[in-house]
Amino acid sequence: MLADLLEYDFLRQTFLTGLLIGIIAPLLGTFIVVRRLSLIADALSHVTLAGIAFGLFLEKKFAFMLLPPIYGGLLFSVMGSIFIEKLRSVYKAYQELAIPIILSGGVGLSVIFIALADGFNTELMNFLFGSASAVSKTDFITILIITIFVLVIITLFYKELFTLSFDEEHAKVSGIHSKQIHLLFIILTALVIAASIQIVGVLLVSSLMTLPVAASMRIAKGFKQMMLLAIVFGELAVMIGLISGYYLNIPPGGTIVVVAIIILLMTISYKRLQVTFKGAKA
Amino acid sequence: MNSIISLENISYSYEKKPILQQINFEIHKGAFVGLLGPNGGGKTTLIKIILGILNPDSGSLTLFDQPLEEFKSWNKIGFVSQKSNSFNKGFPASVYEVVSSGLTSKVGYFKFFNQEHKEKILYAINAVGMSDYTYENIGNLSGGQQQRVFIARALVSEPELLILDEPTVGIDYENVQRFYELLHDLNKQNGISLLLVTHDTGTMTKYATKIACLNKTLHFHGNPKEFENLSEKEMSKLYGHDVNIVSHNH
Repeated sequence: MLADLLEYDFLRQTFLTGLLIGIIAPLLGTFIVVRRLSLIADALSHVTLAGIAFGLFLEKKFAFMLLPPIYGGLLFSVMGSIFIEKLRSVYKAYQELAIPIILSGGVGLSVIFIALADGFNTELMNFLFGSASAVSKTDFITILIITIFVLVIITLFYKELFTLSFDEEHAKVSGIHSKQIHLLFIILTALVIAASIQIVGVLLVSSLMTLPVAASMRIAKGFKQMMLLAIVFGELAVMIGLISGYYLNIPPGGTIVVVAIIILLMTISYKRLQVTFKGAKA
Repeated sequence: MNSIISLENISYSYEKKPILQQINFEIHKGAFVGLLGPNGGGKTTLIKIILGILNPDSGSLTLFDQPLEEFKSWNKIGFVSQKSNSFNKGFPASVYEVVSSGLTSKVGYFKFFNQEHKEKILYAINAVGMSDYTYENIGNLSGGQQQRVFIARALVSEPELLILDEPTVGIDYENVQRFYELLHDLNKQNGISLLLVTHDTGTMTKYATKIACLNKTLHFHGNPKEFENLSEKEMSKLYGHDVNIVSHNH
């Protein structure tokens, strides 16, 4: 792949895009996991699919690309995230209800738009499982802008996000605008999911946000350390997954997730060994 | 004398059931107030009203000579809750990070922690005797150590008043004694006023400058000496209310 990387533009774009989402997906994933919102990523990825299908449907209907799939996905994902927050405030005692509502709504709309766009094709397949060749120049630039935006916002609001994630009650008492910051965070999540789908696909995007975090959680001593480790694990999974997927001719979503799971298993057994070793010493 | 908290005729009910009735209560600067009372007597509700989390049905509340509606300097008040309610043990954060979160709102939006803030964080960790654990994961500490960290989090913003809601629940006897010594020092040496909600009547009378007993209404409000001299009859009046509620036959 390395030689091909220099030769083919699209491969280079895919690789660079992979590097970008390897940063932002685990970065937001860290907050998502500690706030117990892991399933929100799944709900939003299915809404993103509806947006992509809507773009493809418009393309079919008007015979030219009115709404590039990535923008359709972004639009629906962000709308979905705002809707989730609304639902969570409607069902205060059962906030997790928002997730199946949004998830099934997303799948329902996707089915309708896919049928109207005359069914399943390779392009759609790429969005479901990820693709090493589907990243266009527009996609790359859009994802680059999203990455910069996410990094700036997270840096600016890091201390508020951490305070809120650790102890929401304490944050509220000390005067932090928890509602507004939470909404901002959910919108960022929607952006990152829509961006990541190009590479990992709808069905596997949430795993790139949660698996590296699950692994780093086992060994990190602090929150920042966990975040940095999660990004390292995320990058490893994306790089190894993209390269092996390319050579084995498998959609990268699959290989990336399998690598992430291997890393997770390794950290779990590392911790086990550490505990046994300590126990033996004592 | 400077009044830090002043409650006048505060009443609060939940789903038409009265929780607090006509509470008049005052805390002066430098005081160490123990708030006692049976479970369900409204202690936590009263704290939530003082912190602006709940709105009373009637009455008025003044914080640092300002009516609650106008009060903005929440940094002057530090709060330590019952740990189990708001803390997830598996959360991967170091002691330093947890304590730093106590400065978040004081530092303000769009600003970062600078050297001075970092020193304040380390100072607060040292003040509660947790320096050896600064970069340890909070989940690995004992209950008593965790509670010290939460005190440091409340102290780091240099509050004038510290409110603690049953902070010693689940902590062994020896550590509870150390904990009270720490509060005593904070009160005497650093001049921080304290409002402590507790069941721990014995220890409380040793350290507090004032005791308040709450069971829907304020039954007693005075110094610890007077409290110790309360007759058995008066004591049963205080707690008896609660006993009646739980013992009705089905």
